[in-house]
Amino acid sequence: MKFLPLVLANLGRHKRRTLLTIASVALALFLFASLRTVVTTLAATAQFGGARRLVATNATGIVFPLPLAYANRIKAVPGVEAVSWANWFGGRYGDGKRFFANFAVDAESYLAMYPEIVMPADQREAFLKDKSSALIGNRLLTQFGWRLGQNVTLQGTIFPGDWTFTVRAVYTPTDPVIGDDVLIFHHALFDERIGRAGIAGWYIVQIDHPDHAAGIAKAIDDMFRNSSAPTKTGTEREFQASFATMWGNVSLLMGTIGLAVVFAILLVTANAMMMSARERTGEVAVLKTIGFSDRTLFTLVMIEAGVVALTGAAIGLGGAKLLYRATNFNGLGFLPGFDVSTATLLLGAGVALGLMLASGIVPAVRAARLPVVQALRHVE
Amino acid sequence: MKIPILYNVRSVLQRPYSTALTALGVGLVVAVFIGMLALANGFRAALAHTGSPTNVLVLRRGADSELSSGLARDAASIIAASPHVATGADGRVLVSPEVYVLVPLRKVFDTTQVANVVVRGVSDQAWTVRSNLKVDVGQRPASGRAEICVGRRLALRFPHTGVGETLRFAGRDWTVVCHFSAGGSAFESEIWGENEQFMPVFRGEVFQSVTFRLKDAAAFEEARRALQDDKRITVDAHRESEFYTQQSQLLGLILGYLAWGITSIMAVGAVFGAVNTMYAAIAARAPEIAVLLTLGFKPLSVLASFLVESAIIAAVGGVIGCLLALPINGIVTSTTNWASFSEIAFSFRVTPLLLANGLVFAVVMGLIGGFFPAWRASRLQVVQALR
Repeated sequence: MKFLPLVLANLGRHKRRTLLTIASVALALFLFASLRTVVTTLAATAQFGGARRLVATNATGIVFPLPLAYANRIKAVPGVEAVSWANWFGGRYGDGKRFFANFAVDAESYLAMYPEIVMPADQREAFLKDKSSALIGNRLLTQFGWRLGQNVTLQGTIFPGDWTFTVRAVYTPTDPVIGDDVLIFHHALFDERIGRAGIAGWYIVQIDHPDHAAGIAKAIDDMFRNSSAPTKTGTEREFQASFATMWGNVSLLMGTIGLAVVFAILLVTANAMMMSARERTGEVAVLKTIGFSDRTLFTLVMIEAGVVALTGAAIGLGGAKLLYRATNFNGLGFLPGFDVSTATLLLGAGVALGLMLASGIVPAVRAARLPVVQALRHVE
Repeated sequence: MKIPILYNVRSVLQRPYSTALTALGVGLVVAVFIGMLALANGFRAALAHTGSPTNVLVLRRGADSELSSGLARDAASIIAASPHVATGADGRVLVSPEVYVLVPLRKVFDTTQVANVVVRGVSDQAWTVRSNLKVDVGQRPASGRAEICVGRRLALRFPHTGVGETLRFAGRDWTVVCHFSAGGSAFESEIWGENEQFMPVFRGEVFQSVTFRLKDAAAFEEARRALQDDKRITVDAHRESEFYTQQSQLLGLILGYLAWGITSIMAVGAVFGAVNTMYAAIAARAPEIAVLLTLGFKPLSVLASFLVESAIIAAVGGVIGCLLALPINGIVTSTTNWASFSEIAFSFRVTPLLLANGLVFAVVMGLIGGFFPAWRASRLQVVQALR
């Protein structure tokens, strides 16, 4: 510790170089944290799912509906506690530039099944009572400046026409994966407007115990196997994961870029450390002459590299965490719950330590091994 | 008088490690830059080549994708009877009412991964309406049979898609009778069959879109107005090429922003590296610079000389970056196009223009990074430095 002033003095000698190097490290770790958070957020989306919730869709594909009449038959399957259904609406708001999810649900059973969707009791009641009302995520409220009680009109893309809803309730999700930018409205109204077609996009099935999931899913699928609309039932997690896999190789891409970023910055840092070390060859020789041990000199260089790497990392990682939290970033709605996780922060700190070792090792070893006589010869 | 560039080249060679590290840093940035733009490029190109400017795509009014559209049989006949539709060599009108659905298919390499693949039911004329279409292997599906033709890009990535094999979807077995290519467009990620075969197994008596060839390629606006003003049908007519380009906009934009965002942050880091290197170079060569100034070289020449030196280092990095990025050209990747919800396979496209952009980008990084150090060099106090 008593050498700290020496380390700081060395760092302060080329203030500009030190600052630029720290800034490079900070930028690199900011990028690293951002890219990794994209990956972890997508993974979290794929992991989402109540253990006791199954989802049944049309086996032919998610774009095909199921008959509404399935609800009662599914409810009769042993082990099924409750059934709810929903239909993707895909309405557009305004110029359609800002996309958000909107779908029709059987409100009462849906909210009962999703305790993650939280709202004040009076709003909940108002929403359930008014069949032409909508429940919206709190982000939509701030994004479009909507108010409770206001009418909001969506243009149907799949189901033509203008659809006007009264905003009766605003929810806050307890699980960020649910997304805070969804508009939910009544399936009853939906069914009425499309001429009582009696369709549901997907069923959500609440079961008595997670262990029974596979058996119940099979029982449901068997029941409809030979009908005109066979079902494909799986856990909610499988349903979510099927969307996540649609991103294809995004995770691999982000990982590769992250690696390139870290490596590029390693080069910058290592270069800066080596330059500093080279300039100080004479000084190191003097220090050795006045009794500094090889080990101390090795440590001093390493500490110097460590201060640069760790300061940069603290700024970059902390900056990423705070920035995304402050701006409530969610990747245009594609990345709900975008938040730099503790694991990412720790990994980033690990990267910084690696950076310290990689950039400091060559100059440190060189300093430790420096033959004094030879080095002093160059000192004027 | 100018300082010869040879001076800079030799100086750069004097510090091989430092130069190499800086150049490699710049190179990585350029490689990521080229790689990401190649991705965005490939995606845009796949969709841009999908549509033809001489074709018109008709959807139900308000539908923003083929998936959300629906047109009844009578609407399709009204459209087919439009005077703007071209006639083929055999005397039949070049129009294709199409069924467009998505089916989940498992992937070859990981059967737990499911992709939504476009299944398109077309009329016999569709193969002529889409002029870029070519059957590579096998024979086109015969009318009235449960036969399908698989896009070239799908054939490699999904099981049971070889010619002669049987693919099962929508509760039925379909015989694969051919593979087709379509100039690298998104059609190559689709499965085609006869519309009358698909209609009963999917959504019943409804088409999703009608595509026809214009009789007079210049008369698109008239054709569009005539269709949209027709009281019997409520449709939107799009120029096919514009429609597919628009489908690529959202994801193309995201990829583009991502490319610029990531590379500009990386670039700042690399510029800092170049700044460090150049300052160190100048500090080490202060006496040299003083000599140059004493010999009568103008400060401006010194400034230019060091800028050139920095640009040289960066250009070397740029070349390294291009070399690193080149191998990704042609690699096939896939993603879901969220505008149409379907999976599209496309290849990274590294174009000469992109490589040139990468080099320019590198040199710009070098010039920015070199400017302040070069400025300092040109303002050097001769007497002090020579001491």
